Amino acid sequence: MKTKENILSLLSEIPDPEIPVITIVELGVIREITLIDDTSIELKITPTYSGCPAMQQIEDDVRKKLQEHGFSSIKINMVFSPPWTTDWLTEEAKDKLQKYGIAPPEHTTEDKSWLSGKPKSVTCPRCKSKNTKLISQFGSTACKALYQCQECLEPFDYFKCI
Amino acid sequence: MTTQEALFQYTLRIADTNLILAQRISEWTGHGPFLEEDLALTNIALDITGVAKSLLEYAASIENKGRSADELAYFRNDRQFYNAQITELPNGDYARTIVRQAIVDCFDYYFYTELAKSKDETLMGIAQKSIKEVTYHLRHTSSWVERFGDGTEESHNRAQQALNELWQYTGELFEMTEVDEILIKEGIAVDLNKVKEKWENHMSELLEKSTLAKPENVFMQTGSRKGIHTEHLAFILAEMQALPRMYPDAKW
Ligand SMILES: [Zn+2]
Repeated sequence: MKTKENILSLLSEIPDPEIPVITIVELGVIREITLIDDTSIELKITPTYSGCPAMQQIEDDVRKKLQEHGFSSIKINMVFSPPWTTDWLTEEAKDKLQKYGIAPPEHTTEDKSWLSGKPKSVTCPRCKSKNTKLISQFGSTACKALYQCQECLEPFDYFKCI
Repeated sequence: MTTQEALFQYTLRIADTNLILAQRISEWTGHGPFLEEDLALTNIALDITGVAKSLLEYAASIENKGRSADELAYFRNDRQFYNAQITELPNGDYARTIVRQAIVDCFDYYFYTELAKSKDETLMGIAQKSIKEVTYHLRHTSSWVERFGDGTEESHNRAQQALNELWQYTGELFEMTEVDEILIKEGIAVDLNKVKEKWENHMSELLEKSTLAKPENVFMQTGSRKGIHTEHLAFILAEMQALPRMYPDAKW
């Protein structure tokens, strides 16, 4: 007899296609798991960004993983509400991002300062200096902004709050 | 017209506006004035392509005649598209691209804020998601409008000229038809008069900060609600649709 916990740990083996140090579960895109029986399952997933090209890959990976574990009927529904937010990233995931060289989101979206265009100081993931500068709100992928450290001069990605 | 038909038309209209604008500004990919700006506009195009995709998928499911989102995007002719004309206009120089984008971002921001209260759960969800992204877009394009307007004489003149040329296409954004009437009664559609007021206030403030003059007493173009477009749409569709029309069974 399979349980939701079994499924969640299975899905936790799937890395995010763009940032492979975190899993799709840590990313927070798996919203609901409904086990119908040992071969049928329904999932709700939500996109990080509307145009995130990794979503198709994530869906394919989930399907493959579940098929390998005996599921023949897999229904995946894309849901938009509540919209994905960086608040759902676990502390552990933020640590992993930091070690990978991506500065994790510095505050929650409850704190509206992210809207005003004056984000709190972002810490350089390499030398930990807070003396950093925003280069562009738009970076190498939809979820990242581009920063530069004024101390070690390295450019780095910042996982922006949304 | 049934509620279902109205909902299909309404969803298609919002989808097309996103799709055509995304296709148009994607032309800057690899040609941006500098690398970061190239990436920024490409990212904005990607976000709105995503919104278009979600809406076209929803439109296809409302229509329920076996047409897919891709078929809606690639196998309709220009007269069957309902995007606002402002989105199909050529990019022009960077000032014009940015001024148009700021006009539409500002509209989208207030439009999605209202649509996020829709009784239609899918439209509500897509709107809630889009507001977050559009907030970043609007902040970006507004800061450029300010830089151009309050920059050099050259950048000021180009931004002002863009504004003067584009303003006649802004009236269309707020036009309401039978479709809107039916859906407003159901609590699904947005009263565009409300959006217009907020959009006008926001634009006036932005233009004043940017030392740009808001065009007054402008004759407004119309037509897209009926599928009537400028000469530019057919060309953009020819480019966007060429591959799937040549190889209709192609699989990626
Ligand atoms: Zn540093």
